[in-house]
Amino acid sequence: MQRRIASAWAMGVVKPTSSPRAVRGPTWDGRFTVLILFLPPALLLFTLFVVLPIGEAAWYSAFNWNGFGKPTNWIGLDNYRFVLETRAFWLALRNNGLIIAVSLAVQLPLALTLALMLAERFREAVALRMLFFMPYILAEIATGLIFSFVYDGDYGLVASIWRTFGAEPPHLLASTDTAMLAVLIVVVWKYFGFHMMLFIAALQSLDKSLVEAARIDGATRTQTLRHVVVPLLYPTIRLSVFFAIIGSLQLFDLVMPLTRGGPADSSNTMVSFLYNNGISRMRVGYGSAIGVILFAICVTFAFTYKRWFMRDE
Amino acid sequence: MRLLGKLGLAAVACLLWANVASADITVKWLHIEVNPAQVKIWDEVARAYEAAHPGVKIEMQFLENEAYKAKLPTILQSKDRPNIIYSWAGGVLKTQIEAGVLDDITDQVKGYSDSLTPAALAAFTSNGKVYGLPTALSQVGFLCNKELMAKAKVDPAAIKTWDDLLAAVKTLKGAGVTPIVVGGADKWPLHFYWTHLAVRIGGKAAFDAALRGENGGFAGETFQKSGELFKQLVDLQPFQNGFLGFKNPQAVGYFGDGKAAMTLAISTVYHLQRALAADKVGLGDDKICWFDFPVVAGGKGAPTDTLGGITGWLVTKGSPKEAVDFLKYFVSKEVQTRLAAANFIIPVVQGADAGLNNSFMKLIAANLAKSNYHQNFYDQSLGPSVGRVVNDVSAEIAGGSMAPQDAAKAIEAAWKQGN
Repeated sequence: MQRRIASAWAMGVVKPTSSPRAVRGPTWDGRFTVLILFLPPALLLFTLFVVLPIGEAAWYSAFNWNGFGKPTNWIGLDNYRFVLETRAFWLALRNNGLIIAVSLAVQLPLALTLALMLAERFREAVALRMLFFMPYILAEIATGLIFSFVYDGDYGLVASIWRTFGAEPPHLLASTDTAMLAVLIVVVWKYFGFHMMLFIAALQSLDKSLVEAARIDGATRTQTLRHVVVPLLYPTIRLSVFFAIIGSLQLFDLVMPLTRGGPADSSNTMVSFLYNNGISRMRVGYGSAIGVILFAICVTFAFTYKRWFMRDE
Repeated sequence: MRLLGKLGLAAVACLLWANVASADITVKWLHIEVNPAQVKIWDEVARAYEAAHPGVKIEMQFLENEAYKAKLPTILQSKDRPNIIYSWAGGVLKTQIEAGVLDDITDQVKGYSDSLTPAALAAFTSNGKVYGLPTALSQVGFLCNKELMAKAKVDPAAIKTWDDLLAAVKTLKGAGVTPIVVGGADKWPLHFYWTHLAVRIGGKAAFDAALRGENGGFAGETFQKSGELFKQLVDLQPFQNGFLGFKNPQAVGYFGDGKAAMTLAISTVYHLQRALAADKVGLGDDKICWFDFPVVAGGKGAPTDTLGGITGWLVTKGSPKEAVDFLKYFVSKEVQTRLAAANFIIPVVQGADAGLNNSFMKLIAANLAKSNYHQNFYDQSLGPSVGRVVNDVSAEIAGGSMAPQDAAKAIEAAWKQGN
């Protein structure tokens, strides 16, 4: 997530707190010095680590190439056609849509509710906060492995719960009907704590006098929440939505240990689809085409979102 | 500038240090073997070689099967690549040869190579050049659990045709026994069914014709029919619950635990199931049985035709000559006899099969000797881009999400796209 925050920052979505001096506006001279001092390293790094790899991927996507040696077999846009003709690609796209939908409809409201309950500084709240934040600290791969045991239909926790009700336990990860659902549950479990922490941080830095003023004016607790607190959280909510969507589009390391995108591609995300087809099959050109498509989707989203929803920040 | 100078000095120092360190030659040997008992012997062989060749260090590295396949292209193009790598020959090997990442070791193994089974050596030869040494042969067939078969009153020796197998599955289910266990999450264990059916239905002629694009290629009748017959089996729901979520080692362990009557597996699983069983004991010789893949009515393939692996070792580009030397030692009569005696391999060095002391391994060796057509696994022989599609569609037929005709078409489409 560090990486995602950093990239969001680079795109200008999250701005570092501005100093009083910056608020007044720097002089042209000052700006020029800053430009000369700070632009070249940033530009160099950006070119080296962002522009070049993307350009390279775009270049490879025009070849039928297995990753060995230099690409020679130019096929133009055929790779893109092959990708769009693959049923599994559309499934992966749909799954990414599902992850976004669940993140927005389940994960964020859950995080917000918990944040509202736990923002006060009493002892149990601190403990609970840590508890809810814990899944986020766990590495994705470890989480995936743990849950693949939890979901195991023979020995897993889910199986034993099922058995206490006297039913034959299902193998959630082995069925095309339930594999994606199982992945979604892990996604929500893993990331809600992160958003909850963002909301708590925002709640704690709220101007308390506004809430007090509402109280004095006779607003009920619900009214205060609805008309004062939540609107004041909008900037953080917009940020959370942004992280949730970009994170959902990039989801990979949870899917691999859980299902590897299977069975029958039913739980692939765009990135696991890229991996399964581009890397495992040594079709680097084809994989690059998927990468470019994914990149285009992410960039389009990031800029549109920034323009429409985060304009005033 | 001063920083650059320092960096330069550091780089020079590194190079010097590296030179000093490489006075001893290290041969990096990357394998995928999960059976600790076999790795133990390999390790002893490596240590013995080191003792006889001072200054040479054999360093074993391990990667899990699927991870190995995925990482191989990158590994091979890195400067720090291992010197000896595992191979299933076939299309993957062909790609590696074309990419120029392997050493041509023809001259280094001249004379010595005559001691190897010709068919096995041929799998590692291309245009008259030898790129690696085979180490073992294997056959795919049904391993079965004698007790469970007896419980359901099914006689494994009587399963000769596909219909016999279907009937056996029904009987086993009727007796409350899980008929077949398979590691469906890895997909390739499922492709054994589809491929072996194709070998039985069309024989060598159909496969060769498909490679040439004749008779509709892989979308042709043979391959459609193998899908259809596979579907007949799938419709009986013969596999353990949640089979699409089982990785192969898990499935092998499940068989070793005695929870299913049969598994269609590589002959090496005969041993592997012991290591992967929960109690590390697995099924003893008295409890395990074997029958060859059943024949198909009207099939053009001979009943003696076999599907299986020809596995071995490749030497990567720019490796020290000690790598080949060690390999020659590793695939020598002495070591092969030792591995055969421990029943880990069907040896490829002539005369080493004298080491086989177990009736099961002797049976497999005899089967392979009788076989006039030994088909390498399709997912290996067709190369990664097409082979993985074969695995995909096999898993999809098994999961009921793809019709046999569409499966055959998907493979043909991948074949056309890739070639």
